[in-house]
Amino acid sequence: MEKIVFEQTSGLTDVPMRYCPGCGHGIVHRLVAECFTELGMKEKTIGVAPVGCSVFADEYFNVDMIQGAHGRGPAIATGIKRNRPECLVFSYQGDGDLASIGMAETIHAAARSENITIIFINNAIYGMTGGQMAPTTLIGMKSSTSPYGRTIAANGYPIRVCELLAALDGPVFLERTSVDKPAAVVKTKKAIRRAFQYQIEKRGFTLVEILSQCPTDWAMQPLQSLERIRNEMIPYFPLGVYKEPADSKSSVMSDEPVVAEKKE
Amino acid sequence: MSEKLFMKGNEALAEGAVRAGCRFFAGYPITPQNEVPEYMSWRLPEVGGTFIQAESEVAAINMLFGASAVGTRTMTSSSSPGISLKQEGISYCASAELPIFYSNIVRGGPGLGNIAPAQGDYFQSTRGGGHGDYRVFVMAPKSVSEMANFPRKCYEVAFKYRIPTMILADGILGQMMEPLEFDFEPIDPNTLPLPSWALRGTNGGERRTVKSYDLRPSAMEAWNFRLEKKYNEIIEKEVKFETVKIEDADIILAAYGTAARICESALMLGRREGLKIGLVRPITVWPFPTQVFRDLARRVRKFLVVEMSLGQFVEDVQLSINGKAEIHLHKRPAGGIPTGEEVLEVTRKVLAGDESKVFARP
Ligand SMILES: Cc1ncc(C[n+]2csc(CCOP(=O)(O)OP(=O)(O)O)c2C)c(N)n1
Repeated sequence: MEKIVFEQTSGLTDVPMRYCPGCGHGIVHRLVAECFTELGMKEKTIGVAPVGCSVFADEYFNVDMIQGAHGRGPAIATGIKRNRPECLVFSYQGDGDLASIGMAETIHAAARSENITIIFINNAIYGMTGGQMAPTTLIGMKSSTSPYGRTIAANGYPIRVCELLAALDGPVFLERTSVDKPAAVVKTKKAIRRAFQYQIEKRGFTLVEILSQCPTDWAMQPLQSLERIRNEMIPYFPLGVYKEPADSKSSVMSDEPVVAEKKE
Repeated sequence: MSEKLFMKGNEALAEGAVRAGCRFFAGYPITPQNEVPEYMSWRLPEVGGTFIQAESEVAAINMLFGASAVGTRTMTSSSSPGISLKQEGISYCASAELPIFYSNIVRGGPGLGNIAPAQGDYFQSTRGGGHGDYRVFVMAPKSVSEMANFPRKCYEVAFKYRIPTMILADGILGQMMEPLEFDFEPIDPNTLPLPSWALRGTNGGERRTVKSYDLRPSAMEAWNFRLEKKYNEIIEKEVKFETVKIEDADIILAAYGTAARICESALMLGRREGLKIGLVRPITVWPFPTQVFRDLARRVRKFLVVEMSLGQFVEDVQLSINGKAEIHLHKRPAGGIPTGEEVLEVTRKVLAGDESKVFARP
């Protein structure tokens, strides 16, 4: 007898993704889509696409989508969630989007503990514009605007977003993961699922930071780019949970689809 | 219709928006419009709405981007520097066809300028304001009563055509107190149908998207032409203006907002001494009441434009008159407030043949 071991999630559309070979965005899209689908929230989800390589996310996620201004996802998601509290609202953002131009919106949405989830792709580079330095570009790492490698003297230090937000009272759940190997992908999915679950439980602000490879703008072979995640990114951006609810051993890890209660 | 109230302009504006169905406000403090967010902060919760003091004007306009995308009647308010910051977001709303409403209680500029009443943001308001080819429906009240009643029209136009709409006023209109009556019954937005484009979670239906981009040049060109079609319809159907004693006028005063109100008193004073002065006051400054100026220019030789800026509004008058009459300009930028007597004095001189303020000749 044949057994289905993998099925494409109905949370994604059939539109072919335009991401480069080896890019992490596509993997994370699938995980996000699987999570809202398995949680029974597909018909109650509204996603916010950023400006960046994932600008086309509004075509890929099979839910209501809005594409907004560069860096303003958390503000847009705030406007949506306050008016549609029954919906699962996520904002999908890159590191230039979230940690540079949109840092104020990120910090304030976190501080307000807006009941939204941010999916944060940290690829240490500005992908869409062709590989410029990001706020997360590592010291020594070359980019098209740090051609000799990022220096502390000229560019300062990369920003660790989870650690920064963990200093606030607002965030409920913060975790950093990666997608450089199957076990890491599974872990990332669990983190996204937890974040969504907390949002469904109306607990407040959740963010999952995912270290993601960008072979094209790192000018590397895909396998090499995975090595960089392990050897350079993870040592500077340690994986793990940075914030979680005190009662985090609750039922949130169950694999049963849960349907959110409707407000009123 | 409704009871007589006595309110400050900014509060009347906020109350007018609430009565017109506003249920979401996000804003950032700036003088001289602080009464708007302050009023909304207690008033909106009373009607089940949401008030957010945003971390910046940029965040505020993007909160509106999200909130209006789900069909809510939204508002933000600011004054000149803050409105500049919102421009990217307004441009996104124009492109994504989101029906937002906002007010600019203009102050003196450029830069930090001052908090005095001014009309220096006319170009920004009537030419779109942000990047790209778009327009905003702009109403320019002259009284507290109009501050209160214009939001209803703005929401009507915003939702009918799916465009950003705004009220262009200044610190005088925002700060002064006057009696007013609402000329409409409060609108309960819960009784209105959810627009067919509003995001809501698919609920088993078709997936909807709200976006402001198409990377294919030909598709984006078509998108622009589609927007233009709407704008042309608005130009055709939504122009509003007021005229005073134009029938026998030898000279037409042209002004909007506070400046128009000052011109009204100049007109009254002048008529008392037998001067045949008329007034045209655009109520919508976009779309601009081109035709009334065009028609008058066939008969009237002299127009005197009065604006609290260096010559912005006058360009629209010039475009309308198109060389058919003489245009004079009296300008008082960034806090200079003309008096009725002052405008009358200029009017007398222009009628007597003084050419020191000529802006354009036929
Ligand atoms: C206001 C504004 N500034 C700059 C840009 C240009 N821009 C587009 S994408 C991008 C960077 C995106 O990088 P990141 O957020 O890291 O996402 P990635 O493309 O790497 O996934 C920039 C600067 C823009 N669209 N809008």
